[in-house]
Amino acid sequence: MAQDTSTTTATAPGGGGHPLARYLVVRAGITVLLLFGVTLTTFILTNLIPADPVQAVLGEQAAANPEIVAAYRERAGLDDPLPVQYFTYLSNVLQGDLGTSQQTRQPVADELGRAAPATIELALAAIVVSAVLGIGLGLWAALKRRTIIDQVIRLVSTVGISIPLFWLALVVYYVFFFQLGIFPGSGRLSPTLTPPPDVTGLYTVDSLLAGDLPAFWDALSHLVLPASVLGLYTVGLLTRFARSAVLEILDQDYVRAARAKGLPARTVVTRYVLRGSLVPIITVLGMAFGSLLSGTVLVEIIFSWNGIGQYSYAAATRLDLPAIMGVGLVVGMVYIGLNFIVDLLYGLIDPRVRVS
Amino acid sequence: MTTADGTPTPSAPPVMVPSTRRRRIPAALRSPLAIVALAIITIWVAVMILAPWISPAGPTEQSFERLTAPSAEHWFGTDQVGRDVFSRVLHGARMSIPVAALLVSASLVVGAVLGAIAGYFGRVVDEVIMRVADLVFAFPTIILAMVIAAALGPSLRNAVIAILVVSWPPYARVTRSLVLSAREAEYVVAGRLLGNGPFTSLTKDVMPNVAAPVVVLATLDIGTAILLLSGLSFLGLGAVPPTPEWGAMVSDGIQQFSSWWIAGFPGLAIMSIVLAFNMLGDVLRDSLDPHTAQTVKGRAL
Repeated sequence: MAQDTSTTTATAPGGGGHPLARYLVVRAGITVLLLFGVTLTTFILTNLIPADPVQAVLGEQAAANPEIVAAYRERAGLDDPLPVQYFTYLSNVLQGDLGTSQQTRQPVADELGRAAPATIELALAAIVVSAVLGIGLGLWAALKRRTIIDQVIRLVSTVGISIPLFWLALVVYYVFFFQLGIFPGSGRLSPTLTPPPDVTGLYTVDSLLAGDLPAFWDALSHLVLPASVLGLYTVGLLTRFARSAVLEILDQDYVRAARAKGLPARTVVTRYVLRGSLVPIITVLGMAFGSLLSGTVLVEIIFSWNGIGQYSYAAATRLDLPAIMGVGLVVGMVYIGLNFIVDLLYGLIDPRVRVS
Repeated sequence: MTTADGTPTPSAPPVMVPSTRRRRIPAALRSPLAIVALAIITIWVAVMILAPWISPAGPTEQSFERLTAPSAEHWFGTDQVGRDVFSRVLHGARMSIPVAALLVSASLVVGAVLGAIAGYFGRVVDEVIMRVADLVFAFPTIILAMVIAAALGPSLRNAVIAILVVSWPPYARVTRSLVLSAREAEYVVAGRLLGNGPFTSLTKDVMPNVAAPVVVLATLDIGTAILLLSGLSFLGLGAVPPTPEWGAMVSDGIQQFSSWWIAGFPGLAIMSIVLAFNMLGDVLRDSLDPHTAQTVKGRAL
């Protein structure tokens, strides 16, 4: 399994040390291998694409002229053997050079850098929505097991995972923006306002740092609809996992003992049950974050949110190869990084976690 | 294909489930939730088969007044080119259900074969297959599917290929883990001692006992497949415009916001059938091994 590959790479430096240290080394080894895998995947994927990048860049007229085409292929290194192309690509990536977008003629790394904070802000807000609702509902359902409350919560969470995200986004947009006009429905800030000075790139945080309250409220109100939609999208998933995690803990002897010795229900829940359910819940939060990254494409398109999702959609539909590779690489890395963090937390919280 | 893929769903589980659990499944299916779910699925399968005869108009027929609200004549209203939305929604079942069923069967076959090979033979084969699975897992589903679909060009077939590429790993993982434990079972070892080669051992002894839970769980993933497929079509990377596909119909409705019915009803159609599959899945998963169930469910969406 995953562990086998890297025990060989990892036992050398970590060999026999503290179990946690060894665990970290092994996990880090796996992560690095996966990251290389991601660069290889994006590279292979873009080379398998049947569409001709030359024509996409040069336009039909220039692509009809063999001299121009040959010059372009020469300059872009398209005639080199594939392994050479891959190593050129890899060394560029390691230097932070993701190539130049064929559409905008801007460095892809810069464009992604500009788009990333928008997505981060949206995803963070969404994860807060779904963590609070999901863990809360899951805990409630578990504590009220086999009552009508449990049934209703279960049904609601099933409905939640069955609604097509793009449709939910449209319904929310239609009701709260188009019909009621309570919240703004597109963009990150009203066009009349100037974005706050760039510190973190998150408009809500930056406007607070600059002490610009009107901008803060405006940014926050723009965040409400897309973040709620994106958050609701994972609530169903989280509720289920939280419920089953809590149920498993409720059956443990130490919980029964705590109850038996007469601790108040509130103490049992907060001290024993919630703490015990933390590991599976953290895992699921990591997973939920991953599915948020998928969901963000659809939500960003509908709410005109200038983030990675919209960027990747534009790149994919225009066959902008460097941009597609950049998105694949960055998103893949974020995904893997998240899994690594989840693994770390796992190891920290639950000492039983060992690398077999 | 249409009926063969669509209809086994309600009747199949009792046949496919291992004998030890046979008694529990029908009991589970008698719960009110399961009955509602089965009813919805049955209705949609019937609609899928009967659409040409029961819909009031052709799916691409543009012979009505444009953008009329739902009425007795047009239950779901008409769209911007004067097509009857109700007829289009009915015909949409003919796209989504069989294609999703085909998609799930294909990813199941690919995943199960690869997972079985990985689990049975172990070592290098296992490493290679499972590392590739890890890599696919390393990308968010929609983004990877979107890139592949865009690269191949927008069409329903390419959307299916794209989703197939991203959706086999969960089946590979589950099958692999089941094969790993079945491989050491006494009857399998006995078979090997009696001279069964690896191929016979895997196909005759191991797989029949592994297949049941995987197949049942996969059937229920049809809901997820419908969601992904309609998502790609919504993005314009799946079914091409005049085709009555639910996701594409929702995207038609974006330009006509004051006519909520254009996007509203196809969305409800997607939701109802996905919900039915998910409810059924819930009930069945509870009666199957919980750990297997979670591994498959893990990557929902």
